[in-house]
Amino acid sequence: MSTATTELDHDDHHHGAPSGIKRWLYTTNHKDIGTLYLWFAFIMFLVGGAMAMVIRAELFQPGLQIVDPNFFNQMTTVHGLIMVFGAVMPAFTGLANWLVPMMIGAPDMALPRMNNWSFWILPGAFTILLASLFMEGGGPAFGWTFYAPLSTTYSNDTTALFVFSVHIMGISSIMGAINVIVTIFNMRAPGMTWMKMPLFVWTWLITAFLLIAVMPVLAGAVTMVLTDKYFGTSFFDAAGGGDPVMFQHIFWFFGHPEVYIMILPAFGIISAIIPTFSRKKLFGYASMVYATTSIALLSFIVWAHHMFTTGMPVEAELFFMFATMLISVPTGVKVFNWVATMWRGSMTFEVPMLFALAFIVLFTIGGLSGLMLAIVPVDFQYHDTYFVVAHFHYVLVTGAIFSIMAAVYYWLPKWTGKMFDVTLAKWHFWCSLISVNVLFFPMHFVGLAGMPRRIPDYALQFADFNKWISLGGFAFGLSQLIFLALLIKACRKQGEPVSAQVWDGAEGLEWEIPSPAPYHTFDTPPVVK
Amino acid sequence: MSNQTQDMNQKNGKLVIKLVAIVFGMFGFAFALVPLYEVFCEITGINGKTSDTAAVYEAVEVDRSRVITVEFITRTNTGMPWEFTAQTRKIEVYPGEMNQVDFYVKNSTAKDYVAQAIPSVSPGTAALYVNKTECFCFNHQPLKAGEEALMPMKFYIDPQLPKDIKFFTLQYTLYDVTASAQVVAMNQG
Repeated sequence: MSTATTELDHDDHHHGAPSGIKRWLYTTNHKDIGTLYLWFAFIMFLVGGAMAMVIRAELFQPGLQIVDPNFFNQMTTVHGLIMVFGAVMPAFTGLANWLVPMMIGAPDMALPRMNNWSFWILPGAFTILLASLFMEGGGPAFGWTFYAPLSTTYSNDTTALFVFSVHIMGISSIMGAINVIVTIFNMRAPGMTWMKMPLFVWTWLITAFLLIAVMPVLAGAVTMVLTDKYFGTSFFDAAGGGDPVMFQHIFWFFGHPEVYIMILPAFGIISAIIPTFSRKKLFGYASMVYATTSIALLSFIVWAHHMFTTGMPVEAELFFMFATMLISVPTGVKVFNWVATMWRGSMTFEVPMLFALAFIVLFTIGGLSGLMLAIVPVDFQYHDTYFVVAHFHYVLVTGAIFSIMAAVYYWLPKWTGKMFDVTLAKWHFWCSLISVNVLFFPMHFVGLAGMPRRIPDYALQFADFNKWISLGGFAFGLSQLIFLALLIKACRKQGEPVSAQVWDGAEGLEWEIPSPAPYHTFDTPPVVK
Repeated sequence: MSNQTQDMNQKNGKLVIKLVAIVFGMFGFAFALVPLYEVFCEITGINGKTSDTAAVYEAVEVDRSRVITVEFITRTNTGMPWEFTAQTRKIEVYPGEMNQVDFYVKNSTAKDYVAQAIPSVSPGTAALYVNKTECFCFNHQPLKAGEEALMPMKFYIDPQLPKDIKFFTLQYTLYDVTASAQVVAMNQG
């Protein structure tokens, strides 16, 4: 077999995919790497989801019954880390790998070998993180935000492993981001001018710039935690002249742009799907580009809204409050444009459209609760309660993750050449939609009533709501197994063959190549008019 | 064709170098945030830290038109077993007037300790106007097992103190720095 492969290499550069494990280990093909990223993200989504099930099982009733508090803390911490760095971000990178070259008419990513590396160091990073859970003292238990001194003075001995794995995740996303930027800058097909690029490409370009700007700051923050804990520095230790509040400033200087890293590509996806199933051009293309850019720029000056209760002067609180509220203007422009695109369109409700519509409604709910949190005086009540948990799960689960699911359903037939099982997909959508709201909506109420987050026990008056939240959680978890079954069926190439265009309103270069997309596309660049 | 590929590789290489430079720059920026944060807080006084160097009391005019109430709070950090109290809980002073407050410490354990006191003023904006000519918080404070001591702190309030501040609290937290103090002593020895 190996001789056959070498011969092929010699004879013809345009060979098909080699077979076996080596295909995946050595691949530099953007489509293979995209597939790897997406499967990795999905596996991490299930692992992080299993941890959420542990959390919800413990919180099903008041009192401590299933896990001890230290393990509960490890579950909340690692659940957050895995969902942010292992599920949402790699899923978007996977979509970028699959779609960006096809959308701009490039044969591959600009730096294919680095692309291979940036994927293959990720499983290592998460193996380290997950392995720390099984070591003496357990894994990280200080929350995914690893506030000092929880992560320095009071953390366990596996903190070094946490730091090391975050470093590797950071390097992986930085390499991925550099690749996306270079590809978009240098490899667009002739005629593909900036303002002709699909919005998914635009949003990813801006996301990639955010990534290279803030992932190094995260690397700096974890490095300071490492040296504070193990090498006697006092960046965050008041006794040595440091300041624990400074940790929060550095962390959130990374952390706020990070949350936009997890939502901007989603805006690009929704901006692709809504026009297709409304059979109209996207309303306000240019304003979408400018809105995305201004959201990205504003994300650098709002970080302290995560820290209103740290004792800031009132002038600073006012500044960060108004800067935060300002972000709702470009975000509102986007929601308006999506609704205006649907206005008087010939809408149909295929599965990707269902997810996209759910995204618009539920993401807006999450955005509005964010606006409530931005108001300084009320934030003093909401801070560190389940209201915050409800807010960021609405924007991340029904926002980012619903958009990823919408994207998978939208482009899956292009990738496999077969229509997915629509019945299963509809079951997946409706089960997810109902259960996710049973799961997260009551969190607003218990949060407003004062239930603190990250605590394994709660006061008796929250028992009824928590029972519903847990039931919703289990149902949402099980619903994802429908998605798993559907994806396995799709990867086995079961289903009806589809045309090149797949959806009859779809426009863009990726819909002009045959379905399934051949292993090599656009060897000769297309001409964009 | 191969010429074109070479051009493309060169173009990509140049862009990659620029992007990697941004990455390293931002990594450096994370560390630059530490001194920036300190300078910012020192100028604005918003984190309530008083200056850690001695002020000079010279040609300060005493403003007898108003009285400022200063309260002293003492606490010890987790794991620091000393007794630590202010001899005076509360004083009323004129801005510009020199004052002294003594703090009592006792190490009633059987172990030698080195302590470091960290000040914090609330409201933070008052911190800029607290000038100390002498403070135990400027240095490490060692106490042998069973020892006790009175530690003086001399200060005056800058008469420029904003008119709306009539009351502020000065808090000292005592940290156990025995371990790091020994390392320093060994390195010097």
